[in-house]
Amino acid sequence: MRIKRLAAIAAVAVLAFGAAACGSDSDTPSTPSGESPLVAKAKAGQLKFGVKADQPGLGLQAGSAYEGFDIEIAKIIAKGLGGDAAKNTYVTTVSANREPFIQTGQVDIVVATYTINDDRKKKVNFAGPYFTAGQDLLVPTASTITGPEGLDGKKVCSVTGSTPAKRIKEKYPKAQLQEFDAYSKCIEALNTGTVDAVTTDDIILAGYAAQSQYAGKFKLVGKPFSSEPYGIGLKLEDKAGCTKINEILKASVTDGSYKAAWDATLGKSGTPAPTLDVSKLTNCPA
Amino acid sequence: MDVFLDPANRQAYLDGFLTILKLTGASALLALALGMLLAACRVSPVPVLRALGAGWVHLFRNTPLTLVILFCFFGLYSAVGVEFSEDIHVNNYWLAVTGLSAYTAAFVCEAIRSGINTVPVGQAEAARALGLSFSQNLRLIILPQAMRSVVAPLGSILIALTKNATIAGVIGVAEASSAMKALIESNGDQTIAIFAVFALTFVALLVPVGYAFSALANRLVVRR
Repeated sequence: MRIKRLAAIAAVAVLAFGAAACGSDSDTPSTPSGESPLVAKAKAGQLKFGVKADQPGLGLQAGSAYEGFDIEIAKIIAKGLGGDAAKNTYVTTVSANREPFIQTGQVDIVVATYTINDDRKKKVNFAGPYFTAGQDLLVPTASTITGPEGLDGKKVCSVTGSTPAKRIKEKYPKAQLQEFDAYSKCIEALNTGTVDAVTTDDIILAGYAAQSQYAGKFKLVGKPFSSEPYGIGLKLEDKAGCTKINEILKASVTDGSYKAAWDATLGKSGTPAPTLDVSKLTNCPA
Repeated sequence: MDVFLDPANRQAYLDGFLTILKLTGASALLALALGMLLAACRVSPVPVLRALGAGWVHLFRNTPLTLVILFCFFGLYSAVGVEFSEDIHVNNYWLAVTGLSAYTAAFVCEAIRSGINTVPVGQAEAARALGLSFSQNLRLIILPQAMRSVVAPLGSILIALTKNATIAGVIGVAEASSAMKALIESNGDQTIAIFAVFALTFVALLVPVGYAFSALANRLVVRR
């Protein structure tokens, strides 16, 4: 019995290995030198994008489909790489697993309100920025808070372990920081008056404020106190892919698809499309 | 591992576990007191008290702890207005203790009730024949014997409570798992090391608790 079981396990292991070997063959189509493997993947309709699933206007999962500005950017990239945007696969990522997902190949490209910073640059390569957000405050329409200086003794909500939460702790220690695991809970607490303000990137707050159930209840303070350049994350060694995506972004400004992406998503909140400064695109170190 | 070389990170790690210990300590005492009371209710001759005890146990034992603690924030505090302190951190701590002890009391109650079942019926009958009231009977005869037979299960409940205390993070109490999330967010390359350190700290804290309760159970058990 025991020997039979061992043999069965061995057989399964061999099969799994064999399958894995086949898998890796088809996963990395042969590429002409100097061209990013992303191009071949796009043409085969195999691009996997890591996106957020809980940020209205940016990356939101509605049923089995994803929608938002980040998703539109992903479509532009897929098209620019020579693929069919309708064949994109979207994988839900949260802030903490974006680098590991890129490094282990669970996704090819991350478009998920991903701020470019030096620590992250050690692990992944960034194209873009395709948008520059800033940390801001969302308050009830009648609130008298006009900026982060007005937070002394007030209750302000953000997500546990996030950069915005860290910044409040370090720079505005007199504010009372309420932390939850998701912004939706902060918005709920703001709606019931339990907290006085919610803080994170302005673009994320604008997305929440534009949701129909909160229409007219909240306002953005509009005084950003940080700069968050959103980049497009990909494998650290893929310099060619990074350069290519920057070219695609440049072209999207010229042909108007960047503005169309904005107008179809965050533009609905009434905010005019930002101008993408192509001179600030990263130089894609490999 | 160099993530723990930064003093700020080390402080976050230590504070996280200190918070876990504080949450566990306060909740354990409250849950023990409340659990005993509930067990007394469940075996009492008064139907209303029996129903109250059973209702509590069924409600809290079958509701996910995350929901219980979220309810303490959004229900008790936000909607009803139960506030322990003006300071949001102190307030959240006590809201979490409320949720943790209400939940754990249900398990303590059932453990004690099983202990009561180990006490031979003759003991209670003899006590009643001597003229002891129900509460005297419970306090002097039954509970002292029952508690000695449930030391080991109470130990398991205490271990579970210590781990459950991490759920307080959902309402923003800066406990160990929140600290871990914060460290991973800014040190994504050392995820495994961070996980390992936090998991091993829990093991190091709780293995002695397990042994201590086993030893205590052996010493206190009523040999029949």
